[in-house]
Amino acid sequence: DSGTGLHHCGEMFRAVFRLSATGARTPVATRCYSHGKVESDEEFDARWVTYFSKPDIDAWELKKGMNTLIGYDLVPEAKILDSALRACRRLNDMASAIRILEAIKDKAGPHKDIYPYLIQELKPTLTELGISTPEELGMDRL
Amino acid sequence: MLASRALSLVSKRAISTSVCLRGGHGVAKVEDYALPVYFDRRENPLPDINYVQTLSPEQISLKEKEKGSWISLSNEEKIALYRISFKQSFAEMNQGSAEWKSVFGGVLFFIGFTGLVVLWQRKYVYGPVPPTFDDEHKAKELQRMLDMRINPVEGFSAKWDYENKQWKK
Repeated sequence: DSGTGLHHCGEMFRAVFRLSATGARTPVATRCYSHGKVESDEEFDARWVTYFSKPDIDAWELKKGMNTLIGYDLVPEAKILDSALRACRRLNDMASAIRILEAIKDKAGPHKDIYPYLIQELKPTLTELGISTPEELGMDRL
Repeated sequence: MLASRALSLVSKRAISTSVCLRGGHGVAKVEDYALPVYFDRRENPLPDINYVQTLSPEQISLKEKEKGSWISLSNEEKIALYRISFKQSFAEMNQGSAEWKSVFGGVLFFIGFTGLVVLWQRKYVYGPVPPTFDDEHKAKELQRMLDMRINPVEGFSAKWDYENKQWKK
């Protein structure tokens, strides 16, 4: 189960957007593996973008991918989220698109500047696809 | 065979609702608890199933509209679509409650009640304390300890002034 990141020691810290260092990207940490090569941040991002870019992705794969991604110790990059939102569009699943935005805001935790940045980056995609943010729908309040 | 005998000990009904034991005699009934369930969790943003399983006619037509351009959807429709798939939003599932006040109050109440029980016990359950606790007896004990020079260097007797028969200032 590669999703948990526990067996692949480095995956947990494949900080696409490291929660411990907001803003600038920090270099890849060198860890002592018993086996396997280190995956760079770019490789990680590319892998996930490819995953969600599958033209005939099905609902289960979207859910599995998203739940796995949220399980990692990082906030996904805008390009991964863009790919995931487009996958929602292909699946005609508006609800999941809004849920994904809620989830990454929650994932950023105390780092309040990450979510506005990501929304800013995703704005073209959101307007293109017609996805409203939870804030626009008033769903971020009770 | 043995398994069916064992099950029949449990209950006759159990056999009819549980998995078929012999091949080719029918389809195993899927138990409710074995099916995917819906749950709202931060760490599992997209649950296995939608919250609403049976759609009303309006919801069905909304789902049809969802297949088209999302720009034409109103905010209410988007919220309605969200509520079909999900029960609580992140804001709702993360909200705290005032339960802790009840818990804390209950804890203090029962500690207080225990205090009352302890006081009652002291009065009605326990017998008198031994005579060695009387002031007179304690005074004699103290004098004896001083006579024995208990801890004369740094401790007990070291603090007693033997000349003036009082504690050292």
